[in-house]
Amino acid sequence: MRMQPHVQFDGQPVPEGTATTAIELSEASVTFGRGDRAVPALSKTTLKIADGEFVALVGPSGCGKSTILRLVSGLVQPTGGVVIVGGREVAARAMRVGMAFQNPTMLPWMTIERNIMLPLKIVEPFRSSFRRLRKTEFRDKANALLEQVGLKGFGNRYPWQLSGGMLQRANLCRALIHEPRMLLLDEPFGALDQFTREELWAILQNLWMTHKPTVLLVTHDLREAGFLASRICVMSARPGRILDDSRVAFARPRTVAMTFEPDFVALNQKLRAFIEDARSAAEQGTG
Amino acid sequence: MFGIDVRQKAWSAGLIVLFFVAWELFCLMTGMSDLVLPRPSQVFVTLVERFPVLWPHIVQTLATTMFGFVLGVALGVALGAIIGVSKTAYDTCYPLLIGFSSIPKVAVVPIFVLWFGSGTVPAVLTALSICFFPIVVNIATGLATTEPELEDVLKALGASKLDILWNVGLPRTMPFFFASLKVAISYAFVGAVLSETVASNRGIGNVMMTASSNFNVPLVFAGLFVLAGLGVALYVVFSLIEGRVTGWATRKNDVIAT
Repeated sequence: MRMQPHVQFDGQPVPEGTATTAIELSEASVTFGRGDRAVPALSKTTLKIADGEFVALVGPSGCGKSTILRLVSGLVQPTGGVVIVGGREVAARAMRVGMAFQNPTMLPWMTIERNIMLPLKIVEPFRSSFRRLRKTEFRDKANALLEQVGLKGFGNRYPWQLSGGMLQRANLCRALIHEPRMLLLDEPFGALDQFTREELWAILQNLWMTHKPTVLLVTHDLREAGFLASRICVMSARPGRILDDSRVAFARPRTVAMTFEPDFVALNQKLRAFIEDARSAAEQGTG
Repeated sequence: MFGIDVRQKAWSAGLIVLFFVAWELFCLMTGMSDLVLPRPSQVFVTLVERFPVLWPHIVQTLATTMFGFVLGVALGVALGAIIGVSKTAYDTCYPLLIGFSSIPKVAVVPIFVLWFGSGTVPAVLTALSICFFPIVVNIATGLATTEPELEDVLKALGASKLDILWNVGLPRTMPFFFASLKVAISYAFVGAVLSETVASNRGIGNVMMTASSNFNVPLVFAGLFVLAGLGVALYVVFSLIEGRVTGWATRKNDVIAT
């Protein structure tokens, strides 16, 4: 039932098998609830993401974008199909992933520094040496990340002393501190104003270019997807499936000015059309 | 900020003084018998004169209260943690808990006396049973309100339930816990005195009972003053601890260093 499987924006076919596969969903589906009250959240979805790719998931709200994220992180088990992350099925997962949501959820009783170090307290191999290294190596690590996102010297502040944009930067640091091979972002900049958001795009791009994790970004913002991603997947309305899969070939580092160039606008419009179709299809289906 | 704080305290102190002055004047002007309502000055004199006799009773009441309180806290935290972590346990236990908490504790004292004889044990148990409920409720609420997103972030890292409870759940619960401690210590105090009044030969509650049957009304009031003083002191102690441990929960503007 896929409309146009794997359409490429720049005319190049999506290269398969060229790099190690980081994430693989084969016919993965998710249904919440059982029997009469079952709600399909994701219908058979097949998606393959290579190591180090930056993939954006866009689509109408409630289309199962977040469900894919939760599948990959192992928070949700597929009710059908298979999800393989880092060569393993997620059922018995102990994957190193970093996650960040729209709400930065910093713990109010800890300084930013200690908030960022929280994953080190939980994930091995850092966990066993946390007590020994939290005042030296780990703290330096946290501060190095903070410096990279422009929060140098804010490590010993408390979360309520920082603005929303600053907290979201700290949130990115927390998602990256344990050197995850995979970064899962669920509308991380959704609650920020336009300018702060654009600033954070550049910061995230920078983080990605230096650490090279595989990134899966869920967003509503098509410009954000175009600016950040090396590949954009458009999803249909609930129950979600992937309608379109395009590569974004713009050179890096990308700039905000680039988002106003004709090529970029064309990409944007193409994505828009897909989502509008999906929305109207959903409306006809339900109404 | 500082000036307002000091003025506020001055007003509070002023009100207390005013209260006693008004009481004193009222008794003097109406010629009230000290068998009905003794003057505060009389009460103070009695308090000072009889202090050596009162002292062991004060110690007894305090010890009973603290013992019951500590047991109540231990029990309350354990039960609150179980209820707060598991939704099923919450739904299952709540009706029974409400049932227990609705029983007036005066009604339970005779049962405790029946089981354990009069004296210290029923007082401790009454203090325990009366103070543990607010702790259970607050711990459970604190744990149940952990942000689901943060839980997801940690679960995705492979954190166990215990990791999440220890790093997020419990610290988050601290403000709730200390708020409940302030309430609980007062309750424990009430429980201990209540039981002493009904069935004991020691403690402030017993002193007041004996004094009132001897029509030594100033001594009854002296007992009341002691109780009020102890109650305030315990409250203050726990407020101070609360401020130290959970200062982060009350975002004072003057802490900001920009």
